[in-house]
Amino acid sequence: MPAAPPVYDSARHDLRFVEEARDLWRYRHLVVELVRRDITVRYKRSVLGVGWTMLSPLLQMLTMTWVFSVVLRQDVRNYPVYFLSGLIFWQFFAQATGHAASLPVDALEMGKRIFLPQSAFVLSAVGVALVHTVLSVVPLLVIVVWTGSPIHVSWLFLPVALVIGAAFTTGVGLLVFTLASRFVDVKEMYIILLQLWFFVTPIVYATKLVPEEYRFVIRYNPATYLVDLFRAPLYNGWLPGPNTMAFAVLGSLASLIVGWIFYSQKMEEYGSRF
Amino acid sequence: MARGSEPVIELHDVGVRYRVPKEAIASLKEYAIRKLQGRIEHGELRALKGINLTIHPGERVGVIGPNGAGKSSLFKVIARVRRPSEGRVVVRGAVAPLLELGLGFHGELTGRENVVLHGTLMGFSRRDMLKRMDRIAEFAELESFLDAPIRTYSTGMVTRLAFAVATDVDPEILLVDEALAVGDERFRAKCEERMASFRETGRTFLVVSHSLAEIRRACNRAIWILQGEAAMDGPAGEVCDAYHEWAQHG
Repeated sequence: MPAAPPVYDSARHDLRFVEEARDLWRYRHLVVELVRRDITVRYKRSVLGVGWTMLSPLLQMLTMTWVFSVVLRQDVRNYPVYFLSGLIFWQFFAQATGHAASLPVDALEMGKRIFLPQSAFVLSAVGVALVHTVLSVVPLLVIVVWTGSPIHVSWLFLPVALVIGAAFTTGVGLLVFTLASRFVDVKEMYIILLQLWFFVTPIVYATKLVPEEYRFVIRYNPATYLVDLFRAPLYNGWLPGPNTMAFAVLGSLASLIVGWIFYSQKMEEYGSRF
Repeated sequence: MARGSEPVIELHDVGVRYRVPKEAIASLKEYAIRKLQGRIEHGELRALKGINLTIHPGERVGVIGPNGAGKSSLFKVIARVRRPSEGRVVVRGAVAPLLELGLGFHGELTGRENVVLHGTLMGFSRRDMLKRMDRIAEFAELESFLDAPIRTYSTGMVTRLAFAVATDVDPEILLVDEALAVGDERFRAKCEERMASFRETGRTFLVVSHSLAEIRRACNRAIWILQGEAAMDGPAGEVCDAYHEWAQHG
């Protein structure tokens, strides 16, 4: 049995978010197994296996490069690397939170039958996206070198960027998951929101191309700083500046705290509406 | 059991209420509009009312009652799937809900992978489950199929594996659904034997069943739930007699 058989007392009133964190910790093995399950199932019967994860950013890069450096002629040095280094965080974020938005159907069904901290499902969605992201960094680095950029020491910063990015993603994921547990249309709404969000974040274009009077949209968008966390070391070859770091870390902490508290307060009510 | 005579399960004035919206509002858009107009109404369904229950270590309790009486709500508050709307539930020790055989099983995964996944759903670690693997495979008689995806298993093989993994546990409290014995005659006997050995080791048992014969045989105490309330609580034989009488004559 799980170490030290717990005493469950429904009348004990710990702070909800502390209690939820404790439950998640007890079920940490479940998070790992859910990630393992998703990865195994996805690749088991496909010919290319893990190759798909590496291939899809390549294909996407080819199309986007064609659109933005041949058709629309962006005046950005080494555009493929500029774009791809920005895309890496976005793909991670969109994949994980989009997955979290579609999870409640299965997760609630299981939660009806046995006790499970629902947050384990959100964390597993982030974990799966993290595995994919790490795998897609490999072809990205190949492209970076292939397009003639030198190898930078600053690449070593990428794991730190991933941790900060994962914190931000987990917070948003918890928020979306909790809302989607209650309302069926949240998933569709969120997919649309993601589209809009993508285009108000400087991923396909450079900030300098945005007219000054509209730049506030980019400046108040936390995703801007998170994207830059990856772009600075990969594209520019330097560490993110103090401003980027400060806003990225603050944004991630805020997201994680808000997401966790909202989840802790509302999940039980939303989840028990069957 | 090590905890002496301290009750393993205590329910004090437990009630469970389900909030049932008068109209199903599933979309956020609609919800927002209604909320602004102040037009959200809820009905209430009381699944359990004022249940008081104290279960000591080693008791074998059968829960009986007609459909919709609140039996599964009772199990849910004990298994922590639902928090009681009122009252207090205290459970001392690990609860193994043997209600959902094969929960989380995935056809693409091998028997071995599914055993680990199911184990972690119950709160075990991967290492725990790998240690139990041989015993589970042996009981399920699936040693040579453990590395095949379970989509290639027959239904019987899947249920055998599910039963083996669900019962290869060492909890203080077992919540058991009636239709647990599975498979062919021979395997069913094996299941019965395992359940009997659980009983003999002094674990606390809660069984929900429609079969009074089963309750009389397996339990020493029974609780009759009727419309969310405990209609009767006492020795299994007496409660079963009373329930039988009631069911016959309305």
